[in-house]
Amino acid sequence: MNGKTQKDISIFDRVEELLNEEESFALVTVVKGPPAGEKMIVFPDQKSGVDFEGSLGNNELDRVVSRDARGELAAGRSGVRNYGESGEAREETVQVFVESFIQPPQLLIVGAVDFTAALVKIGKVLGYRVIVCDAREIFATTQRFPLADEVIVEWPNKLIEKVGKTFGPRDAVCVLTHDAKFDVPAVVSALATDVGYIGVMGSRKTHEDRINRLREVGIDKEEMTRLRSPIGLDIGSRTPEETAISIVAEIIALRTGRSSTSLSETQGPIHD
Amino acid sequence: MKEIVKDIRRWQKQDKKIAIARVIDLDGSGPRLPGAAMAVTEEGEVAGSVSGGCVEGAVVLEALEVIKNNERHIVSFGYSDEEAFSVGLTCGGTVHLFIEPLDW
Repeated sequence: MNGKTQKDISIFDRVEELLNEEESFALVTVVKGPPAGEKMIVFPDQKSGVDFEGSLGNNELDRVVSRDARGELAAGRSGVRNYGESGEAREETVQVFVESFIQPPQLLIVGAVDFTAALVKIGKVLGYRVIVCDAREIFATTQRFPLADEVIVEWPNKLIEKVGKTFGPRDAVCVLTHDAKFDVPAVVSALATDVGYIGVMGSRKTHEDRINRLREVGIDKEEMTRLRSPIGLDIGSRTPEETAISIVAEIIALRTGRSSTSLSETQGPIHD
Repeated sequence: MKEIVKDIRRWQKQDKKIAIARVIDLDGSGPRLPGAAMAVTEEGEVAGSVSGGCVEGAVVLEALEVIKNNERHIVSFGYSDEEAFSVGLTCGGTVHLFIEPLDW
């Protein structure tokens, strides 16, 4: 069943509701051609029996556009698409704007240390869903990390084994414990996921020691290349806040594949 | 969109007419991606942004027209190097916006 709209609630109300619930959905708006302004909300899969809510005013158009919007949503893309009046391909009578709202990326911070509080703050600024995990109950408290979406007392490797299958390329794991007892198992379990970024804090010496320990538990060279260790870009950070900036800058640069040098030193377009 | 909902709700409680402008497409380089949104009231109050400050002033004027005429349409702003005060993106791209009254 398709196209059912809830009674007495506007599309905008519904958008607000879905944003607050952090649901993934696409808001489709006709921007050109009849009837401009018509809207539908498309879900990644069936939601209480419906694929989409609202209508663009033509059943065939609804069917084709909701199918395409679902593809855009899966890729996390927003943009315009053209159709005929009844959803025909290669026609341009109707132009729709598909706006994808996807769940925020996750940032899992392992270790409830001073640097963690700063990274939680910066992570929230960037729109991450931030989770702090530490096995030590007295450190892992919501009082210490009021901005975190979740503070979990658990062995980090256990937590990652549990929730790791939800990790994807947009997500990040930052291991800040610099204690081999915690970080080696955490890194091993993070490597078993599809998480996009794994950063591990520590001095050069700690790093060397950790690499050896990881090798001992069977992590090979190729897996090792996924680790950003020591964590962060080399911008001379000293304070927890500066370090947090260097970490998120590295996460962004890894995702975009950019050089992380000053733009004044490089050529070419700034935005891809 | 999320960052402008709160302001919109406040304005709605005050019975103000509102237009929403959204970036729907870019040609070339542009500071804000499709989905960047800005809301404007009939009194010219603004929430959100659709560029790095290059076209916001012009978008407010367009949005006021949209509110007045109760019509929705696409507006495009391209690169402007001829006249110092004409409106466009300084980075050389063209941004396409859809501006509509919040009647939905």
